[in-house]
Amino acid sequence: MRLSLVRNVGTVAVLAVLFAAHTQIHSQSGWGAPPPESASSIPTAQLLQPEELNHLLHASGADKPLVLQVGSHMLFAQAHIAGSEYAGAGSQAEGLKQLQDRVAPLPRKSFIVLYCGCCPWSRCPNVGPAFKLLRDLGFTNVKVLYLANNLGSDWVDKGYPVERGR
Amino acid sequence: MSADARLRAVHRLVMLGALLLAACFAASVTRSTSAAESLLNKKAPEFTRTDFNGARVDLASLRGKVVLLDFWATWCASCQVEMPTFVQWQRDYGSRGLQVIGISMDDDPASARRITTKFHLNYPVAMGDEKLGELYGGVLGLPLTYLIDRNGKVRAKFQGETDLKTIEKQLNALLAEH
Repeated sequence: MRLSLVRNVGTVAVLAVLFAAHTQIHSQSGWGAPPPESASSIPTAQLLQPEELNHLLHASGADKPLVLQVGSHMLFAQAHIAGSEYAGAGSQAEGLKQLQDRVAPLPRKSFIVLYCGCCPWSRCPNVGPAFKLLRDLGFTNVKVLYLANNLGSDWVDKGYPVERGR
Repeated sequence: MSADARLRAVHRLVMLGALLLAACFAASVTRSTSAAESLLNKKAPEFTRTDFNGARVDLASLRGKVVLLDFWATWCASCQVEMPTFVQWQRDYGSRGLQVIGISMDDDPASARRITTKFHLNYPVAMGDEKLGELYGGVLGLPLTYLIDRNGKVRAKFQGETDLKTIEKQLNALLAEH
């Protein structure tokens, strides 16, 4: 009886893992490799989970980061993280210039959080170049918000604070 | 209750728990289709736009057709993967009543026009804006595709990278409705 129990639970667990692996592989097949400087190039240690940022937004003083959206301005206008600023699309030269101008007066130890949320994480063309720019400029306390799917499902739908407008 | 019966009851409970855990785990790695569903089975929000060829796109005038409404952008790699298939569907299913409409959510119309030319899009493409996005429940991530039936009702929503066969299956079902 106990052996049967262990065997059945084990079978369910293996099936779940196989199904998950199949889903992942299937969802990635046919879409090609992620482009260079994709979000996947950002070190895991520099990523911030949505719940962590939500917690930080309620902090005060020095713990509160400057939050910059580095993706589409049209998406920003529909919804953006409360208190965040639009800083230009990281995938475009003029967008990076806008970001550079925004951070120019800031101390290099400033706590900055970048986010986009335009597309599934590995497909985002914006956060990778924006993160690289800030790192190249010497900023040492930059995090990137990890939005697995997009801003809608990973932030707005979870009830985290949102604002509208440009 | 005998010891054997108790053991069987525990067995059933553990199996149920394991199945629930497996379902949760599988769901957590499966991309979400048909997410918010707020527009599902409701009348599609009407809009009019001028497409890149200067023609008027009026959703209300497309009653009687099945509309595939594709929100896309040049910075959305997945969107561009879908485009050749949408071109093919417009060619194959147009005579059965399909009308694909592309809405670019780019900030810059010039780059959207370039992609339209590059992919030889054979369906109308117009620029979107935040108002149109909000009408459709907020376009807060791409790709985003809606299927609208011949009566102007939203019948499906696909958010994120989607198996195109899934869309095609639903599309064919809608085309078969009269």
